[in-house]
Amino acid sequence: MPRHLVKLVAQRIALGILLLFASSVLIFAGTQILPGDVAQSILGQSATPEALANLRKELGLNEPAISRYLSWLGGVLQGDLGTALSNGASITDSILKRLDNTLFLAFWAALFSVPLSIFLGLISVLYRNKWPDRLISAVSLSTISVPEFIIGYVILFVLAVQLQWLPSVSLITNDMGFFEKLGAILMPVIVLTFVVMAHMMRMTRAAILNVMESAYIETAELKGLSAFNVIFSHAFPNAISPIVNVVMLNLAYLVVGVVVVEVVFVYPGMGQYLVDHVSKRDIPVVQSAGLIFASVYITMNMLADIIAIVANPRLRHPK
Amino acid sequence: MKRIPLSALIGLFITSLFLLSAIFADFLAPYGVAEVVGDVWEPASDRFLLGTDSIGRDLLSRMIYGGQVTIFVALTATALSFSLGTSLALIAVVVGGWFDMALSRFIDLIMSIPTLIFALVVLSVVPANLVTLILVMGLLDVTRVYRLARAVAVDINVMDYVEAARLRGEQTVWIVFREILPNALSPLVAELGLRFIFMVLFLSTLSFLGLGIQPPAADWGGIVKENKEGLIYGISAALIPAIAIAALAISVNLVADWVLSKTTSLKGGRNG
Amino acid sequence: MDKQQDNLLIDVRGLKIAARIEIPGEKTEFKEIVHGVDFTLQKGKVLGLIGESGAGKSTIGLSALAYGRGSVEITGGEVWVGGQNILSFGLGELRSFRGQRVTYVSQSAAASFNPSKRLMDQVTETCLRHKLCSREEAEKRAVVLFKRLGLPDAENFGNRYPHQVSGGQLQRAMTAMALCPQPDLVIFDEPTTALDVTTQIDVLAAIKDAIHETGVGALYITHDLAVVAQVSDDIMVLRHGNMVEYGTTEQIIHRPEQDYTRALVSVRSHIAEEKPESGDVLLSIEGVCARYPGLPDDILRDVNIELEAGHTLAVVGESGSGKSTLARVITGLLPPREGRVLFDGKPLTPSLKERSKTDLRELQMIYQMADVAMNPRQTIETIIGRPVEFYFGLKGEEKRRRVIELLDEIELGKDFLDRYPAELSGGQKQRVCIARALAAKPRMIICDEVTSALDPLVAEGILKLLQDLQEIEKVSYLFITHDLATVRAIADSIAVMYKGKVVRYGQKSKVLSPPFDDYTDLLLSSVPEMEQGWLEKAISHRKIASAGH
Repeated sequence: MPRHLVKLVAQRIALGILLLFASSVLIFAGTQILPGDVAQSILGQSATPEALANLRKELGLNEPAISRYLSWLGGVLQGDLGTALSNGASITDSILKRLDNTLFLAFWAALFSVPLSIFLGLISVLYRNKWPDRLISAVSLSTISVPEFIIGYVILFVLAVQLQWLPSVSLITNDMGFFEKLGAILMPVIVLTFVVMAHMMRMTRAAILNVMESAYIETAELKGLSAFNVIFSHAFPNAISPIVNVVMLNLAYLVVGVVVVEVVFVYPGMGQYLVDHVSKRDIPVVQSAGLIFASVYITMNMLADIIAIVANPRLRHPK
Repeated sequence: MKRIPLSALIGLFITSLFLLSAIFADFLAPYGVAEVVGDVWEPASDRFLLGTDSIGRDLLSRMIYGGQVTIFVALTATALSFSLGTSLALIAVVVGGWFDMALSRFIDLIMSIPTLIFALVVLSVVPANLVTLILVMGLLDVTRVYRLARAVAVDINVMDYVEAARLRGEQTVWIVFREILPNALSPLVAELGLRFIFMVLFLSTLSFLGLGIQPPAADWGGIVKENKEGLIYGISAALIPAIAIAALAISVNLVADWVLSKTTSLKGGRNG
Repeated sequence: MDKQQDNLLIDVRGLKIAARIEIPGEKTEFKEIVHGVDFTLQKGKVLGLIGESGAGKSTIGLSALAYGRGSVEITGGEVWVGGQNILSFGLGELRSFRGQRVTYVSQSAAASFNPSKRLMDQVTETCLRHKLCSREEAEKRAVVLFKRLGLPDAENFGNRYPHQVSGGQLQRAMTAMALCPQPDLVIFDEPTTALDVTTQIDVLAAIKDAIHETGVGALYITHDLAVVAQVSDDIMVLRHGNMVEYGTTEQIIHRPEQDYTRALVSVRSHIAEEKPESGDVLLSIEGVCARYPGLPDDILRDVNIELEAGHTLAVVGESGSGKSTLARVITGLLPPREGRVLFDGKPLTPSLKERSKTDLRELQMIYQMADVAMNPRQTIETIIGRPVEFYFGLKGEEKRRRVIELLDEIELGKDFLDRYPAELSGGQKQRVCIARALAAKPRMIICDEVTSALDPLVAEGILKLLQDLQEIEKVSYLFITHDLATVRAIADSIAVMYKGKVVRYGQKSKVLSPPFDDYTDLLLSSVPEMEQGWLEKAISHRKIASAGH
């Protein structure tokens, strides 16, 4: 890899790390520096002054915000996310258990949705403006137009209630076998696949069309090459990078979609953990879970950019 | 003026139906929003056109009032995000320099955290009411409007006619409102529709998670949440607001598509 | 007769081509853009297709490949190549025909090469995919062609990627790519138009040599009659999709029969008389050095030039010479790093923001692309009326009267008041831009390549208008251009710029007469002249010139 390419990638990684820190500041600030009294909003209007004072002390609210942030960040960097207000349990332990489940779900959803959306994107391009393209585009437009939880319930209603093929909740425990687990997450995986696929397929289609409209594709056609050769030896090498980019961006999106889908199927993952504790106003948990979601998202975006840099022929073969 | 394509007409028709039913909710709804008038999950009948909900309230009335809340909150939040995002972007482009730089980097930073996650973090602290909800939704969405408006304005700002206005000695106000804004308007109006849809989906999602509109008031996302248990017994009450959300989103989408296609053909001229 | 038939390479009869217009929700329409064109070409001969934009010349050229670009479709006629009508070919037949029998060289080689493949792979691809020869043989052919086309380091040239070589080299590489499969016919579609004039002549000579040495037939498409006169045996003049005139090159350029052809031939012959020096200096640029913020090198280096009142100074140079940067310094968009600009004896403030309204009014500018120099959302009345209102405070009826007066001056009239820019033709748009500049009653107008984007006849009209207006309004022009023909036509004095420096400067008669410095000599000798054999003379002149140093 040429030296300046290494430099560009290193710069992007540095920016990613900077963003991670900045987002931790933002998440911290979002809960701590907002106008209004945190303790008051946790306990409600009817709280006694003593209870408020106790909670403030417990949260360390009497110290300046910067030192609170630094001690929180110090803990995070050592893997100590603090304890939950609601039950006093270690947040690190609770998250580790659930992170596994969430990644398991996201992994299988990605495994289905990525090849399927690239395939459908290709079909759309091959049959551009004909009925397969129009059908795919209409379905994906409708999918984008409804919230994730609704797709969840529609699928649940059909598969679990009407057809009774699958259970309506996705309980998952450690003593389940691999295939048992897989069966349990089948429905959330289908929903996530639907949600992510709509976006990914549309972006893939746009990326390939963009390449297909380039002048060098016309050159290849005028050379008398077969459609197969035009696509695989001229369009594909230039389309890889935008497609990979699209995939990474949508995997980042998958991480967010997971929050809602977990709630729909009562799946014991990070998403449900986060939502539960937002209602309980358990700020340390919310901060930690939020930071983990943000980190995954930032990392995915960073990988997408790095792949785009490395795949660019102008950067790979400098003058 | 060319005739409006069928898809856009359908979109316009359904969108205005929803808007009218939201405006005249008090006249249209047969029962009160929190009034218990029947048994739990009664099927559709002459008395209850859509049946009743999980505690015996008239579902049609709740749908109409819920639509009012959903559309009101989404519209207000869109208006907030749009006016703020567009003006910030135009000022950033025309003023340029460090102001543009600092603002754009800050927006990038906020966008590096997924919107839903950021909203959840903030909603864990602020009191749950209509005002904070609109503020959180609107302010978080400023980032997207800003990005689009800035991209559009940057393209226009380098046009020779804007440079010609600068060379003439025009003030910033003229350049922003007479040279840039008229040319940025149509792509922004199309985006307005998409942002509105996003707000509807966002609000529904928050309410579904129990963090949006608080009972006994209702919005469509909340109605899904209230009735979701019914699904397991084959009662489809929860799917009715789902259909409403989808219908509203798709019809606004159709209108936005039409506006956008008019914009692209406008590149040539007003007759295009 | 039979012999002639044997030698016939391509025979086009009654060719009709149309563009498909699809409006969603309405039925598809066809708009005919070529209305029945016939021509023939003998083996090894070159036919030039010439016309202004919209003449249909590229579209006709591509019909020799049975190809319609985008929404364009061939709707009628026959294209016979080697005894077969290629319009009746099926997909498979077309594939083995394209690239093998007929090949194509486009205007923008930079966009026509795949950015992620090495040049050699792309040049030899047709040979290999059609199994015309072995890879070794194909690469050998490519290297020979690279050499013949004068590419540097021909042995290794093919190892590079497209973005690693210059525009002129890419254009030659594309020619090599077209010749590598040893086709019967090559279509050259404006292959030198995007190049600088000093690069164009080399590429043109290389293409001409390659055509002659390989004995291939060619269709050469261009808008520049002087260029096509150098390479083609026959010329077909096209206008609005119809053939205007068809004859030998010699006949077309010396004895044109149609008025339109005559106009094209004589387009550059109009030359304004040079005004004598008056000593009444309006603008003087003193020791200006300038660079863009954040860049290490100066774009302008110690520029000293003057413009007299009522005169025209042409600043001429190729891309990258700094001529447009000079305009930005004068207008105050780019404050100079060193030096100053005097207007009417008083120094102008370096930055635009501090200039007085009078200074701004007296110095106006006209742009190359009239399309983007006018706000598409404003009517012509608003566009021209704004400076009238802004500088002179005229409103309502008074303003309107002044706008109509200006419209008359640019020969458009008051029908145009309520129109939008998109409803105007290219020449009309540029006229409106001129009126907008005049509306300020300026003492000086900077004209930045104002005719470069226009067809030659339209450009000539604009130049004449500018000259007439100079008589009436006594305005000075700073004329920035890359086109020496324009310079000859309009300038009183000339500054030749090269790499940020003024290398030659003075009255037109002086600058354009020998002895020349090297660069001006190169520049002058590179401008195509409408005369057969000019190219060979120019090339040998260059060889002598470079041998002399």
